[in-house]
This record gives sequence, C-alpha cells and structure tokens, in this order.
Amino acid sequence: MSNEKMTSTQMPERVFGARTPEEQEKARVEIENRTSMLHAVGKPIRKKDAMQLLLGQAKYTNDLVPQDCLTVKLLRSPHANAFVEEIDTSAAMKVKGIEAIFTWEDVGQDGQRYTQAGQTYPEFSPYDRLVLDRHVRFAGDPVAIIAGEDEKTCMKAMRLIKVKYKVMEAVLDFTKALDNPVIVHPEENWLPMVQVCGDARRNLVSHEEFSEGDIDAVLDDCDVVVDRTYRTQACQQAMMETFRTFCTIDQFGRLDITSSTQIVFHVRRIVSNALHIPQRMIRVRKPRIGGGFGAKQTAISEVYPAFVTWMTKKPSMLNFTREESLTASSPRHQMQMHVRIGAMKDGLIRGIDLYTLSNTGAYGEHGPTTVGLSGHKSISLYGSAEAYRFVDDVVYTNHMSSGAYRGYGATQGIFAVESAVNELAQELGVDPVWLREKNMVREGQRMASYYGEATESCALDRCLSDVKRRIGWEENAPVKDLGNGKILAYGIGMSMQGSGISGVDVGSARIKLEDDGYYTLTVGSADMGTGSDTTLAQVAAEVLDCSPDRIVVFEADTDISPYDSGSYASSTAYVTGKAVEKAARQLRELILEKASQMLGQNVNELYFDGNKVYGEGKNSISLEQIGYGTQVSNNLALEVTETNSSPTSPPPFMVGAVELEIDKATGETKVRRYVSAVDCGTPLNSNLAKVQAEGGILQGIGMALTESITYNDRGKPIENSLMQYRIPTRQDIGHIEVELVSSYEERGPFGAKSIGEVVINTPGPAIQEAIYQATGKRFYELPITPEQICMAFKEKGAQKHE
Amino acid sequence: MEIQMKLNGKPVSGHVADDTSLLTFVRDQGCLSVKCGCETSCCGLCTVFLDDVPVLSCSVPAARAQGRNVTTLEGLREEAYDFAGFIADQGADQCGFCNPGTVMNAIALFRENPDPTEEEVREYLAGNLCRCSGYEGQQRGIMRFLEWRKSQ
Amino acid sequence: MLTFNKYERPGSLEEAWTLNKKKSARLAAGTMWMRMGNGQIGTLIDLCGLGLDQIEETEDAFRIGAMVPLRRLETWEPFVRYTNGAVKEALRHIVGVQFRNGATVGGSIWGRFGFSDVITLFLAMETTVELYCGPEEGTETMTLDDFVQAGQDQPKGAVLTRIIVRKEQATFDYRSVRRTATDFPMLTEAAAKLDNGEWRFAVGARPGIAVRAEMEQGLVTENSMGEIITAMCQNIETGTNMRGSAEYRTHLMGVLLERSIRKLMNKSGEESARCQ
Repeated sequence: MSNEKMTSTQMPERVFGARTPEEQEKARVEIENRTSMLHAVGKPIRKKDAMQLLLGQAKYTNDLVPQDCLTVKLLRSPHANAFVEEIDTSAAMKVKGIEAIFTWEDVGQDGQRYTQAGQTYPEFSPYDRLVLDRHVRFAGDPVAIIAGEDEKTCMKAMRLIKVKYKVMEAVLDFTKALDNPVIVHPEENWLPMVQVCGDARRNLVSHEEFSEGDIDAVLDDCDVVVDRTYRTQACQQAMMETFRTFCTIDQFGRLDITSSTQIVFHVRRIVSNALHIPQRMIRVRKPRIGGGFGAKQTAISEVYPAFVTWMTKKPSMLNFTREESLTASSPRHQMQMHVRIGAMKDGLIRGIDLYTLSNTGAYGEHGPTTVGLSGHKSISLYGSAEAYRFVDDVVYTNHMSSGAYRGYGATQGIFAVESAVNELAQELGVDPVWLREKNMVREGQRMASYYGEATESCALDRCLSDVKRRIGWEENAPVKDLGNGKILAYGIGMSMQGSGISGVDVGSARIKLEDDGYYTLTVGSADMGTGSDTTLAQVAAEVLDCSPDRIVVFEADTDISPYDSGSYASSTAYVTGKAVEKAARQLRELILEKASQMLGQNVNELYFDGNKVYGEGKNSISLEQIGYGTQVSNNLALEVTETNSSPTSPPPFMVGAVELEIDKATGETKVRRYVSAVDCGTPLNSNLAKVQAEGGILQGIGMALTESITYNDRGKPIENSLMQYRIPTRQDIGHIEVELVSSYEERGPFGAKSIGEVVINTPGPAIQEAIYQATGKRFYELPITPEQICMAFKEKGAQKHE
Repeated sequence: MEIQMKLNGKPVSGHVADDTSLLTFVRDQGCLSVKCGCETSCCGLCTVFLDDVPVLSCSVPAARAQGRNVTTLEGLREEAYDFAGFIADQGADQCGFCNPGTVMNAIALFRENPDPTEEEVREYLAGNLCRCSGYEGQQRGIMRFLEWRKSQ
Repeated sequence: MLTFNKYERPGSLEEAWTLNKKKSARLAAGTMWMRMGNGQIGTLIDLCGLGLDQIEETEDAFRIGAMVPLRRLETWEPFVRYTNGAVKEALRHIVGVQFRNGATVGGSIWGRFGFSDVITLFLAMETTVELYCGPEEGTETMTLDDFVQAGQDQPKGAVLTRIIVRKEQATFDYRSVRRTATDFPMLTEAAAKLDNGEWRFAVGARPGIAVRAEMEQGLVTENSMGEIITAMCQNIETGTNMRGSAEYRTHLMGVLLERSIRKLMNKSGEESARCQ
C-alpha cells in the first residue's frame, strides 16, 4: 500500500463521467438541429420487402430449390472424440435412389485444412477442418455425406452405414482444457493463418495480453477491490430459418451456391479452400434470409452440398434440421471471466483487470476474435480508469464449435464487468447509477482499452439519464414488495459495441441511374431481416434528394455485387452505409456533368433538386430525360462504384434497466418492463432501429433467464430441440421500452453508427443485479433459473429466522 | 395414395406417399408461404387452417385432410392485407420467416375473438415463436390494427 | 419426421382394433409427438373417422370423446364452468393454440406422460376411461387412476374411446410452474374441494406421472392445512431431471398445494412462511 507514485497531482488531467444536465440538453439540441433537415434518413418507413415478407411471398433458400435436386444428409458422430477405424457404405449404397456417399476416404487427410469462419483473409481463426476428417472431435461431427433422391432415402441409407469407432477420452471441461493430456487437434497440418500465440499441442487457440498503466499497483492502492469470477454458457442464435444451402452447376461448369448466409464473399473463399478448387469456379448468392444473428457468419451448411454437386455435377441441397441447428452449429462461446475492479471511497474507479477464458469447442471458428471483445468493449465503458489489463486464452474442447452470435464476446465481458460494477456500488454503499455517472466514458475521451480510440460521438450519459427517469429509478429501485408474494426488483447495466472492424471491414456500393430516372443500388451486404436494403436506400435517397422508393436495391451475389466483407460486426449501416453515401454523392456529380452536356451549360451554373437539373433562367432538364440521355449517343457512364473502410469503429452505446417481477415462493421470474435507451448515432430508420433493439433485448433476457447449452457426461448436447432450448415466448415478456438517444458520428453516413449488436448486452448484468436485490444472493453464472432464485429466497428466509 | 382436398378454395389432388405431411403436400402444391421451423410441433411457422381451424401442418398427415378445406396464406392475402400493413408500419416483419404462421394465427384469433385484450393476444399467439422482433413491435402493430378496425 | 408405410382410416372401432393387432401398427390421435418416438411404424391407424370427437354433458357426467382436441375442451363453456376455469388454466400453457387444435384428450391420456397437465387435471376429478377391447370383450371402463398406474400402452391392444367425468358438488383449482410460459411444467398440481368436506389432490410432473391423494371429510381445515401439506410433501415422491431438482419440486408442491387450498377456502393473501 506504499504506492506513492500515483498522486492526484501527477495524474493527467481528465474530465470524468457524465456531463451536467445542462450540457446534456445542449448536446441534444445541437444534434437535433443537425438531423432535423433530413428527409429520408431516420424516417420510419416500411421495409422495401415488408409486404412480401408478411404475406408469404418472399423467397428463401428452400423456396428456390430446383427440380430433381439431390437431398444431402450428414451421418454424424455419436462420440465426442473418436477415430473412424472402419466405415462400410456398401449396404447403404444399394438403397434405391442413393446417388453417392462420401467418407473420409474421399477427402485427402493431409491436404490443407480450412476454417468455416466468415472473416477477412487471412483469417484469425486457424485452418483446422477437413470436409470429412477421420478424427471426429464432437458429438455431431460429420462422418459421411449422403446424397439421394429424397430425405427418406438418405435416412434409410444412413442407418445402413456401418462405422467402427475408436472412442477416445474427450475434453469436456474448458477450464481443464489447457495442457490437458487429451489433445483435440494433434494433426500435423493444423495451420494458423495469423500468429495469435496459439499452440494446438496445448489445446490453445490463441492468447493475448493488453494493458496500460500498472494495474497491480493501482489495485493495491484502491480502497475497495471487487474480485469475482463470472461464467456464461454457450447460447444458440436460434434464428427461425435453420442453416440451408443448395448448389447447381451453371452454364460455364461453375459451382453456383445459393445459401442463407450473411457472408457471400467469404463463403466463396471458404468453399474454395475446403474443396481445393479455384475461386473463379464458384458463385455464391443469397435470397431472403430467415434470421442470422451471426450464426450465418460461419459457413455451417455450404461445404457439404458444394462437395456433392462438385463431385456429381448434379444439383443438391442441404437443410439442417432444428436438431442439427442446435447441436452442430455455431453458438456463442462459453466464457469464464475473472474481474478485478478497484475504486476509491469517493467512488472513483481506478483500475479494471480482466482475464477471459473462452471455449471455442472442437474448431477455432471466431475463437481468437470474439474473446477480444469481452475486454475491449467492457473495460472501455469506464473512461476514468487509470490502468487496465486484459488477458485472454481461447481453448479447444470436444464441444461443438462455437461461432459468432450478436454481441460477439462483448455480451460475455459486459455481463462480467457490469455485474462487478454493480457489486462495487454495493461495497461502496452507493447507488449503481451514481457510480456510473461518475465513471462512465464521455464524449471526446480516449479509451485506452479500445485500441486507444477516442469516442467522437457518445450519448451514454444521456442514455443513463433517460433510463433513470423513465424507469423511475429513484422512486422504485432497488426493490418493492407487492405484498402478494411477489416482489419487484430493479437492476441496470450499460453496454457498448463497435461499428464494423476498424481498418479491416470493407463495404462497397454501386449506384446507377436508370431509364426513367430511378436508381439501382447494388451492394454486397446481407439484409437478414434487419432492413439494411431499406436503410441503405434511405442513405442514397438522402443524397439524391428523392424518395427511397426510387432506389431499387440488389444485394449479395459474388458475380455481381461489389465486394463487401458481409453483414456482421455491426458493419452494414456504418461501413456499407458510408460507401452508399460516397457513391451517391459521386453520382450526383455525374448527373450534373451529363446535364451540363445536354443543356450546354457549365456545371458550376447547375442545380439538381432530385427531379430536375436547373440551369440559368428557365433552362432545366428532368432526371428522366437524363436517364434516357444515357442510352443515346452517350460516352459518360452514370454509374459509380465506391468502396469504404474506416480506420475507427465508433461504438454505439446503450443503457438498460429491468423491472423484474419475482414470485418469492416459486422463484418464477418475469421481466415486467425493460427500459432502455440506445445511442446508435443517427438512426437510419427509427422504426427498424427500435425493433433491432427490442429483439436484441429479448435475446439477452433469454440468455439471462432460460437459455443455455449443456452437455451430458459423454459430451452430447442436451438441448436438442426448441422444446428443450427455451427461447422466450410473447407471454414471457412484459414490455420492452426503447428510446433512441442520438449522438452524431462524423464518420458515419449522416451521423449513423451501428445498432445490431449493442442491444443484446445489458439484460445479463441488469437482471443479475435485480435478482441480487430481491434475494440477497449474487449469481455469477448465466442463466439464473427459477429454482436457483427460489432456493436463494429459502436461504434468506432461513437466515432471517435464525 | 391418392388424396384430394380443397386448397385455398380450389380442388387439388395428388399421388403421395402415405406418410406425407400436410406441410409437404401444400408446399408441393406451390404454397411456399408455409415454413418449417422446428420439427417438434412447437414453433407455429407451419400454421394452416384445416376447415378454418389453425393447425400445425407439420404434424398433420396429409391423408387426414382428405376431402377437407385447407387454407394457407396464399388463400388469405386479401383478408391479411390490412393487418400486414400495421405490422409493416412497425418494422416488425424483420426476417419474415415466422410471419406467415403468425399472420395466419392472428387471423384465426380475430375471427374467433374480434376484440381481444393484449393478454388474450399474447396467449393466443404464444405458439408462434419469433426470434427477431422481441414481439414488442408485433404486439404494437396488432393492437393498433384492432383500434383501427374498431374505428372503421 | 413422421414416417410410416401405410395410412388407414377405419370406419369402425372393431376395424381399428383389428388393424391394431399388428405389432408395427400405431393408433393415431393428434399425431403431435408421434414422430419423436423411435421404432418403425408400419400402419398408422387414424382414429379420426370414428366419431370420437364428440363431447356431451349428461345429467351426471361429462362424456368426452378421445379425439376431442384440447382446444375444444378448454373452450367448452359447460366444462369451463364446472371446473371454475381450472381446465383453461391446465391447458392454456400447452405449446400453443394450433398445437391444442391438433392434440387430443385421448392422446394426452393414453401417452401417460409424466409432464401431462391433462392427466393431473383429470386425476383431481372423478374420472373413468372407456376402452374398446375387441368384439368379444367389448367396452370396458376403469378409473383414470388405475389406467395411469397400468403403465404405457396398457391395456394391450385397447382403443381409448372416451373420458367420463362424473359430476360432483365441488370446486377445482389448477396450478403449474414452468421456465417459460409454454414449456413443459416443472410441477403440476390440481385440487378439488368437495361440498361434503372431502378434498382431492393430484400432483404431476414430479417428473414422474401424476399421482392422486384423497382427504377424508373434515380433515383439511385452516389449522390442519400446514401439517397435511407437509405430510403430502413427504409422501409424494419427486425426482430430478433437466428442468428441476427433487428438492425444488417438493418445495413447489407445498407452495402450490397451499395456494390451491387457500383459494378454494377463500383464504387467499394470507400465505404461510412456506410461501414467503
């Protein structure tokens, strides 16, 4: 405790925490003034495809399957770790209608491995897969690919395949995976594309360390240190449309893949790597997608029918069953987080130390990258901390491979850090809202733990003020006994995310003026229900001074779209949105140039109002005339392709508070109100932003209360249907109340940041805190079940009577 | 086996395997609005009307519909149109995969109970899962539609 | 997926019974969960053509056809009134309206599922089941309690035709606890308070199948309630599965029993420490 070097006079001068109410109000008015003139951006218009979706006319992958398409089924390993000693398909091949059955013998075992993670090349995820591997590493790993005329035929054949396994001990506890004698990936051709300190011999996928300041010294010097370990289970995205893909051979002999995917361009490379065929021989496109939430940022289903069609040259399709989608897919990484957070008696948070251990499962998809967010997007909420350290390890186990799920590691880290902050408030004897007001990151502040980036746009303080008022924090929190055996309890949490991956993600847009003066906008992003086709059209319409109805959007076909990393990492609004803005601005210039040729006037003298270009006097020309003008004796293409990447990833922010109703006798728990405020910069469409938030919040509530993936002692996942994996129904939720509290992000299109992911992160800590306030017991692991809550009440009652 | 039924008011027939589900049959007849989401009879995506009663088509053998009236959203678009607009106005359609089943069951509710309370709506539609919307926007759209209809 | 080789829709009970003699044959009621069973199905015998979807009220009983969908039962006014809404409460959590339009009363009872709300509810009433046992033996009846205890697929080869609830001067209450509104229950409980002072209880989803407990006239009073509940919690066995532990279930049993008793005694809002 003799640390003398950090006296207050030596500390760099900083302004901490929330702005004053007057400053917040001033900021609000300034932003309103900047955005009130927008005519298309921000407007709550219907999605372009809304009525088709609602009336069942939109086409999804399975609605487009060609006639005489082979059905593909996968025989999966029942064992968590085994070696295929013998496999005999001779009886199965005799089943009438079977076209082909492939086993590991059809796949070179010494060839280059690949990853199914949809990430920018070279991927951080190690190349650790083969299409069919003789060594199966989780209960569900494919052992054979069966192609036949229909499902029944394939299932019949599947039962006739004889497999002799050498069953080996499995690694099922991720806290014991590192340096375990059982090695998940002992093969010689394990290949990390990027060095992230991984060592397959140690079951270690990656290891990272980040820090600034002397965290140990700072924590030693703090009046109070909360030191806790938290754990979150793996969770399923559980989108309504399972993974599905069909493949055909096109007129040039190329492999044409139609898939429910967020990442057409990455799928092209992944299939090329998996099948060892050139990328030019592959085309990937997506129709409507029945939800993704990150699940479809991994090529879960594409490789198998691609293999079948490439080998047989016949069309084939693979629809994952719900069971497969729940047991052999790409769920959230299970994580364990050790948090130490130190503060002074006056409430100043001085240091945060976080160690995260992440379970990537049998393969490394998104392992090295998700874990980073558990630190960068949790610690950074506290701008005043003078020191931080974040260390992580990602390990292999014999669980199904993890992947990307909305929040992407931030959800886990924020549960840990925000829960610890709530506990710190208790230790300090202060209101958790006040503690946050004092310490939260503020606009303009540099965030050491966020790659040193500064928050150029941050309304987190305004979000907190707004939520505090709307939930009636001062009157209601922390608990209210309703007197009928039920209790209302309150809890709060903050959240941040990113907007795309800084310095990596690329979004592009091509925009073109057509015949009678409408535009076609071609992008490579993937509207998976979010409405990005519509919001991107709103950006273009804003620039081109027209209604979004005049913009026709075409997306995500590798042969046609300009390159886009794909729709993930909360990138589409911010990264692709800016590409659209840039392209539309250039097209405006070209429209003027063409008009100048047609009117014979200097460009500088012209003015375009979206419908007409006006020159001197009464001289004008309509957009329709210009459109047709491009089709006659024309040498100027009215078409622009623009690409955008951002050196920063401006975080959206959010505050969420819960009003939880708990039955003290049964432990039954229901969210009566979830009150939240989200700063996504300028919302591109206020309705769609709001619904994103509402949906994300309910997924977060599910993760806090009912959802988890558990395994039996032989490594088989237990929650194998939607009867067992319980996502919330509409009766399980009271009201989700969302307000959009905007900042203005200069780098984003018209001030926009992202919205998709930040919204899932607050229910974990808010609900954990409310349950503590009600029961007097803190839970350090999600989900928290009625049984645990009930037993906590019983313990509390027993203590009271002692 | 040969089966015949009235599908969206028109007689249809087909030669199918005995264990064909009603879901498969109506999709094969081109009614692609009908989706499958769970295979364990608990998501509501495959909702169709069997003699005007909403049922899970994944769990009904097509043979059981022999000679009966089957309605999918393809046959209800007119009745669904105004209601769908109210959901669209909330942006609550989202990915759309659960929409046909939800719209079908909502129509069944409105026919059975023209003026349901919020709780009655939640209970009647509890078997229609949605993962995108958090239900809040759907609920808003439904209640506004009901208000609008009352004012008509 | 539900797979079988042949679909049959018999027009008479005898025909159904005869078809069912084949080992690979299965009687089909609602067919909701049939595909989740293992075992190959040869002939699916659809009972929908036998007129078993009728529901009637006589002077002294409710006669409910085995093929009556759950949704029809929960919305059938005379039965809702008779059970003081307990039937609604028992059935409304089962998956969803569309599911309950398919699932039948007979299927729910024949399955003898541990988690069955339907069995828990009917066990709290004077319920008998009517079975068709072939042209020689004809129709038999047995109490639901005996039927439940007879075990899966018993009596062998029989076709469940009707559920008969004898009317009593009684009031009923139904409760359950679930993780989400439409999940399988962690515990179910039904209570009947007879006007003559007798009580009858049923507890299900223990997770074993529901069991029934009867209390003689005058035994259950405001003062004795605590002891009686404690004794029932000791005597009725509970177990552990993925939805809850035996300890938790036993605790829930006490809470639900007390809540039902208080409600039926009109003594709500004065719960004991058990419920605090």
